[in-house]
Amino acid sequence: MSRISSSLGKDLIGLEPLSAEQIRGILDTAEPFKEISERRIKKVPVLRGKTIVNLFMEPSTRTRISFEFAEKRLSADTVNISASGSSVVKGETLVDTARNLEAMRIDMVVIRHGASGAARFLAERIPSNVINAGDGSHEHPTQALLDLLTIRDHRKRIEGLRVCIVGDILHSRVARSNIFGLLKLGAQVGVCGPRTLVPAGIEALGVERFRRIEEAIEWADVLNVLRLQLERMRTGYVPSLREYNRVFGVTTPRLERAPRDILVLHPGPMNRGVEIDSDVADGPQSVILQQVTNGVAVRMAVLYLLAGGAPERAEAAKTGGLG
Amino acid sequence: MTGGGEGGPVLLQGGRVVDPEQGIDGLCDVLLAGGRVAAVGTDLEVPEGAELVDCRGLVVVPGLIDVHVHLREPGGEHKETIASGARAAAAGGFTAVCAMPNTDPVIDSPATVGFVAAAGKAAGASRVYPVGALSLGQRGEQLTEIGELVDAGAVAITDDGRPVMDSGLMRRALEYSQTFDIPVADHPEDLGLSGKGAMNEGVVSARLGIQGKPNASEDAHILRDLLVAELTGGHIHLQHVSTRHGVRAIRDAKARGVRVTAEATPHHLLLTDEAVEGYRTEAKMNPPLRTEEDRLEVVAGFLDGTLDTLATDHAPHHYDEKEQAFDDAPFGVVGLETCVGLLLTHFVHEERMDLSTLVDRMSRSPARAFRLPGGDLKVGGPADVTILDLEAEWVVDSAAFLSKSRNTPFEGWELRGRAVRTIVGGRTVWSLEG
Repeated sequence: MSRISSSLGKDLIGLEPLSAEQIRGILDTAEPFKEISERRIKKVPVLRGKTIVNLFMEPSTRTRISFEFAEKRLSADTVNISASGSSVVKGETLVDTARNLEAMRIDMVVIRHGASGAARFLAERIPSNVINAGDGSHEHPTQALLDLLTIRDHRKRIEGLRVCIVGDILHSRVARSNIFGLLKLGAQVGVCGPRTLVPAGIEALGVERFRRIEEAIEWADVLNVLRLQLERMRTGYVPSLREYNRVFGVTTPRLERAPRDILVLHPGPMNRGVEIDSDVADGPQSVILQQVTNGVAVRMAVLYLLAGGAPERAEAAKTGGLG
Repeated sequence: MTGGGEGGPVLLQGGRVVDPEQGIDGLCDVLLAGGRVAAVGTDLEVPEGAELVDCRGLVVVPGLIDVHVHLREPGGEHKETIASGARAAAAGGFTAVCAMPNTDPVIDSPATVGFVAAAGKAAGASRVYPVGALSLGQRGEQLTEIGELVDAGAVAITDDGRPVMDSGLMRRALEYSQTFDIPVADHPEDLGLSGKGAMNEGVVSARLGIQGKPNASEDAHILRDLLVAELTGGHIHLQHVSTRHGVRAIRDAKARGVRVTAEATPHHLLLTDEAVEGYRTEAKMNPPLRTEEDRLEVVAGFLDGTLDTLATDHAPHHYDEKEQAFDDAPFGVVGLETCVGLLLTHFVHEERMDLSTLVDRMSRSPARAFRLPGGDLKVGGPADVTILDLEAEWVVDSAAFLSKSRNTPFEGWELRGRAVRTIVGGRTVWSLEG
């Protein structure tokens, strides 16, 4: 089976291998797709006849549903496989899962997996298009793309902006994809979190490290606040959630001391009162729900492009399909 | 297989003989008889009924010894057996290997030590010396019956596969083992510092999103072992040293007379954590591949003798086990069949190390460290000999390995130099012609 080569190549494994032009291409392609979700009848025939498997080997609600909406609104046929109740828990290896999917002649796989490199592992073994919906602590490219789109919607540009990612950088695939994507589009990137959760060697990626949240807020135009996994407390990375909030929480008093109006993003799901206070999450600087809306458009764009669609034909494809 | 039976005279004619122990490096003959080295000299007379081996253009060295291999039997026979491992060793030019005890069950009793020794003998290839567990079940709590293990054939003790985390237990092991004059081998790693690390902690792990093991996890444990060895006067053998500070600490300790021997592995001499790029599980081992700065110090230590012993840490794994996501794949690489080729190509031919020093690191030093017979071609010593062709050009092809496993990071490497014949006790147990 050979695939039409897309402007992205066969797969979307991460933003690290993409060029700035490719990333801009995805964001531009997402623009015409935004409108579909605002229609009364939210369906266009772009991916009619395509079969997509959503292979979620780690629990996920938001990302899985966002992909599913994107697929369905583009008229693809979709199947969901989740870790519980699948052959995965019966001990099947990832290789065998891949081979079985391939044997059913599917067109695309969206994979979420707990191990870094799992999406690439799958992509190297099957001819279908593979989209990484989060692999371990490695990348979560569509999340970063929707973050980029949301920032661009509000600030009209990415280049030159100072974006600080706050929280558990060590375990975060969202952080890595954001770092790669933001740097490629010309932003300055900072990271801020307890040293236990900021990996050694992170500066080599080209980011600035902030020891204290106050310094990060002083510096930044945009804060992307990561979820603190509650298990990090049990495993000794942070002593308590209360202290985390006291030292690193994004709070209104802290934001009020910022020299400029800061845009606040959060990939969800939020721990209100831990990494972000409710009045910030619900306040005027927060664009958190718009991120969710943009997520569907960005995922439509990625699906369309990997299926062989051209960025400049996206508008026409909404009525005529891939053509 | 060719070769006269046990004890039949064999005359190795006209090769370049290299024996660092006796300071020999020149063209001469070697006569093996009765399972022993009978004579070394020029134009030796051909005894009645002797098998003649034409060694012109080849190099004759004391049998190579690998003091650190995992043969997986009992319990992991799908990865390797003692027989397949002994054959792989012979094909790599090794006349003897030391089998690590982290099998299932653990080699922690005279019966299991005896099993490994007997299975090794039955394989009829390289000699297989059992290494006993340091603690019962390798649980790190209670010493094994070291005296009985030695009586059954163990040549060293170790909990390899796991470090000895309890410093008090290490102290007792280094004291108690002195009665039997055996080394205590340790896999130096502070598990608390390693955490859930699956590769070296550094720039590459940060980018790949893989948890790292920092250098300090190895450094701290090496320093601990050196200090306890100094305290007790015991012999510590530090396995697979991979960090720059580790090498320096061992160099300092040797200078002040601590009884320490230490290993370098081919992979830590030749690769860095960049080899993990692409989530290559064949570059996943423990200790992990480190940075170029570390690699260079490991090389320096190997050259100056701080790391006196080359060991492969041959760690076979079934392809199903390695064909997984990086975090899920087991640690370890095979090494027996690529080792001497890699070292000849990248150290001897590149003139970083002379052949005599390489023979020291691969035969003499390991023999002395583990008090094994051999390590030289002295008359009366065991007739364990490796014949090398320094010029043979070949490409690493894991499909051709005699090992049951294929997990090498050196697949496709073009090498110059290899073993062409392996003789154990005067009997050819492997030759390139088959």
